[in-house]
Amino acid sequence: MNRLVRRRLFSLLLGTFVAAAIVLPARPVGLVADLSSYLVAITTGFSGEDVLFFGAVDGPGDVVVVLRGPDGEQQVLRKSRVAGIWMNTARMSFRQVPSYYAVASTRPIEEIADRAVLRSLEIGLSNLRLALPAAIASANIADEWRAALIRNKQAQGLFARELAKVTLRDERLFRTSFYLPPTVPVGYYQAQVYLFRGGQAVSAQTIPLSVSKVGLEADVFLFAHRRPSLYGLVAVIFALLAGWIAHAVFRRN
Amino acid sequence: MQVYLPIAELSLDVFLLLGLGGLIGFLSGLFGVGGGFLMTPLLIFIGVPPAIAVATQSTHVVASSVSGVLAHWKRGNVDVKMGVILLCGGFVGSTLGVGMFTLLRSIGQIDLVISLSYVVLLGTLGVMLMLEGARALLRRRGQGRTGKLHSHNWAHGLPLKTRFRKSRLYISALVPLAIGFGVGVISSLMGVGGGFILVPLMIYVLGMPTTVVIGTSLFQIIFVSANVTFLQASQNQAVDLVLALLLVLGGVIGAQFGGRLGARLPGDLLRLLLGLLILSVGAKLLVDLLVPPHDIYSLGLT
Repeated sequence: MNRLVRRRLFSLLLGTFVAAAIVLPARPVGLVADLSSYLVAITTGFSGEDVLFFGAVDGPGDVVVVLRGPDGEQQVLRKSRVAGIWMNTARMSFRQVPSYYAVASTRPIEEIADRAVLRSLEIGLSNLRLALPAAIASANIADEWRAALIRNKQAQGLFARELAKVTLRDERLFRTSFYLPPTVPVGYYQAQVYLFRGGQAVSAQTIPLSVSKVGLEADVFLFAHRRPSLYGLVAVIFALLAGWIAHAVFRRN
Repeated sequence: MQVYLPIAELSLDVFLLLGLGGLIGFLSGLFGVGGGFLMTPLLIFIGVPPAIAVATQSTHVVASSVSGVLAHWKRGNVDVKMGVILLCGGFVGSTLGVGMFTLLRSIGQIDLVISLSYVVLLGTLGVMLMLEGARALLRRRGQGRTGKLHSHNWAHGLPLKTRFRKSRLYISALVPLAIGFGVGVISSLMGVGGGFILVPLMIYVLGMPTTVVIGTSLFQIIFVSANVTFLQASQNQAVDLVLALLLVLGGVIGAQFGGRLGARLPGDLLRLLLGLLILSVGAKLLVDLLVPPHDIYSLGLT
């Protein structure tokens, strides 16, 4: 019995080793990357946070890091003047807009790879796929809405205005950091780390990053969203009590 | 010191929020108004999303009305019967108002409706208050009080006549019901208690004696604002308790100082100043609507 189990285990291990030996040469690991923390905790005192990325490459090349927040639909509104008053008169919905987007690289990205490559990997704001359905907007109008979306996300600090710098030391060790502002949306983020050689991505690694509320912040938020009626009652009771206490203190003076 | 607001999802300075609550509390103590009409625009101005500002503000209104009404209750200045009829209308109106709020928010017009309602109401009210304050100041040394206790108008010819002993009135219950309804809609849309609209209506339309007006309006505002708080929390998840706590704390302290100063200033001067304040807030909002925006594009709901 025991021998049978052991033999099975041995053949399983052998099989795994053989499979690994076949796969590995086809995809050389030229890049290892990690980040300072897999969890950005939004606590009561949260006022933005820097996330540090670091790692090593196996030789000369360019490192590009793209940090992207969870995708979602985003509405953009346009005002125009109606009877002297500026009001929202048109709106468009973009599907799949990253809630956060920032890029860091060793050199300007245009020097690292050509546009087609960058576009397929969605590296750089101008290469993000933020298309409006062709049916509802012609090309130049769609571009205007797209530019407005990017401009407004930049104003909120959620799309990086500039390319962050990746510092590469001795063509081996690299590091860079991204700033997440206090308004950073929660959710599962993905960092794509690429190693470019000769205009092609020769290696890539995906690192997950979770941005979430913890402690009191998470409790209040979850309470408000999971038990909205009870939360409403608590809010009303809080207000009544606060008013009563204020009156009691007031009277004593 | 920054504090992260869990529902508004942004971080603001604790002392800024306490100071804001204190300033509004001071003004409300000074002028005897709720101050919601100033708090909501200021919250929006410092970056709180309008929906969260309006919803959270209603929590603050409940707290300040409770502390206000207790003092009036003790002096017997609350007409409970009138208050209950007003708040019946108010409940229906505010429920409808929160529904309209949700709808307007989804089609991206809530900011415009909030601003326009403020411009119209604050403009009208500010002019009225200033004219009255100025007139009273000018004829200060003139004649004493003349005229009837209250005037009889169309409102007295409607059915469902009811006797309000404390207000010394015998009028149709439909009028306070309608007033409560209208103020309920407005207060839920604008995030205010509505006292600044309710009080003039109670004096000029219902003809209530001024002694019971403030207490009764505060009495009904508690219930209507509590309804708004509850609905905003359960329908829109827009009430931020951390923000409310800071605003209430600042407001309580500010109201004490405001109340003491207010007791020393003459009423006509107060009315003139309040009118000026209301007009300038209205004017600022009007200018914002008329001046071409910095960017004609903005982000809507995600």
